Amino acid sequence: MELILLTPWDLSIAALLVLLLAGLSFHLRLGIEKRLAVAAARSALQLGLLGLVLKVIFAQSNPITIGLLTLFMLLVASYEVMNRQQRRYHGFWGMGVGVLSMFLSSFSVTLLALLVILQVDPWYAPQYLIPLLGMMLGNTMTGVALSLDSLNQNAWQQRASIEARLMLGHDWQTAITEIRRNALRTGLIPILNAMAAAGVVSIPGMMTGQILAGSPPLEAAKYQILILFLVSASIGLGSVTAIWVGSKHLFDERQRLRLDRLTRPKH
Amino acid sequence: MSQLSIHNLQVQRLLPINLEVLASQCITLSGPSGCGKTRLLRAIADLDPHQGEVRLNRIAQRDIPAPQWRRRVGYLPAEAAWWRERVGDHFLNPDPKRFETLGFTLEWLEREVSRLSTGERQRLALLRLLGNEPEVLLLDEPTANLDQASARRVEQLIDDYRQMRQAAVIWVTHDEQQHKNSAHHYCFKDGKLELHAWS
Repeated sequence: MELILLTPWDLSIAALLVLLLAGLSFHLRLGIEKRLAVAAARSALQLGLLGLVLKVIFAQSNPITIGLLTLFMLLVASYEVMNRQQRRYHGFWGMGVGVLSMFLSSFSVTLLALLVILQVDPWYAPQYLIPLLGMMLGNTMTGVALSLDSLNQNAWQQRASIEARLMLGHDWQTAITEIRRNALRTGLIPILNAMAAAGVVSIPGMMTGQILAGSPPLEAAKYQILILFLVSASIGLGSVTAIWVGSKHLFDERQRLRLDRLTRPKH
Repeated sequence: MSQLSIHNLQVQRLLPINLEVLASQCITLSGPSGCGKTRLLRAIADLDPHQGEVRLNRIAQRDIPAPQWRRRVGYLPAEAAWWRERVGDHFLNPDPKRFETLGFTLEWLEREVSRLSTGERQRLALLRLLGNEPEVLLLDEPTANLDQASARRVEQLIDDYRQMRQAAVIWVTHDEQQHKNSAHHYCFKDGKLELHAWS
């Protein structure tokens, strides 16, 4: 089976649908037409650019440029995580929690996949590294953002009960244990749903892509299973790290609850 | 034997505070709301960052691990929070005699916290705190929401506890009688703590 190449005309038809939706939003005064247009244009631009950049990077296969690209991806993902928080940490920690947790999880899981499972040669071959890391980071970003948001919101709302436990001599980990557990659950719900629905309700994006590109369905399914498992591991590891580092930062060296380390919501 | 000494304690916008409470001594604090009584108690319990020194039997606060410090220097806030549904989930070794002194029985452990009145919650929070057998009690208006009879029972329990454990007690209150029963009565005036002279 040949890969069917898309013409600009093909993309225009799809873009027309988005425009139609924007028109509908304008007509019904839903007020999302502007955001929709910006988001659509942004994604087209970003993906187009990525295509161009990857073309160059695939051709060069230079470890330094590949490294820089992964670093860029990590920073953008961390910025997104910070941006999705209602209450962020002040200063360095606002970005730092995301950078640390996603570096530890997504990068190590991707490395494991490249070195042990796929045994790519050289291991940094960008055709494998970049898409894999992208999938890890994209999903882990959502998990980490949800976990941290839940952690900090609940810590804020349940300040009185946390402090009541501190007053009675509980250590900080005991005082925040339920909130932590909830935060982890919140972060993992999307991937749990995705795994439950995979193959029954939805056909995951990567498998769709491989089938469209002509792979045998069973091979595509095996790849998809591998990716789902790796992604869940990365989300889990990332969320646990973020919750651990984040909750520790909510307390100081005398185990006082320090909500002054969080910013207020903007609206 | 527990003696609490506070030297140049500074919390947020308050002026430095010096205070000494001897073993089995009870002192009371008063002052308009917002004057810093709660901030002072929270700093002594090491719940807020502060400067200056707090010592328990001459051992500095920072030399005692925070959870242990808070078990030994027990702080009862004006409105204590509960983190589980059942009253009993908050008690390790409930003392039936103390429950009785405050007019409760151990059956109250089965009740749901959300169905208690403010006064019941306040009294149960005191019992919960005493379960730690603290050497110092920091009490933030423990009888504010109580009727006369309940207030007297709370006073009785605290008094017995203080003598039995030789505990030092700092008691925030607006009750004249409680001031008179205490060893000293301090008053917050313009951010400063002043010994109230009896006429």
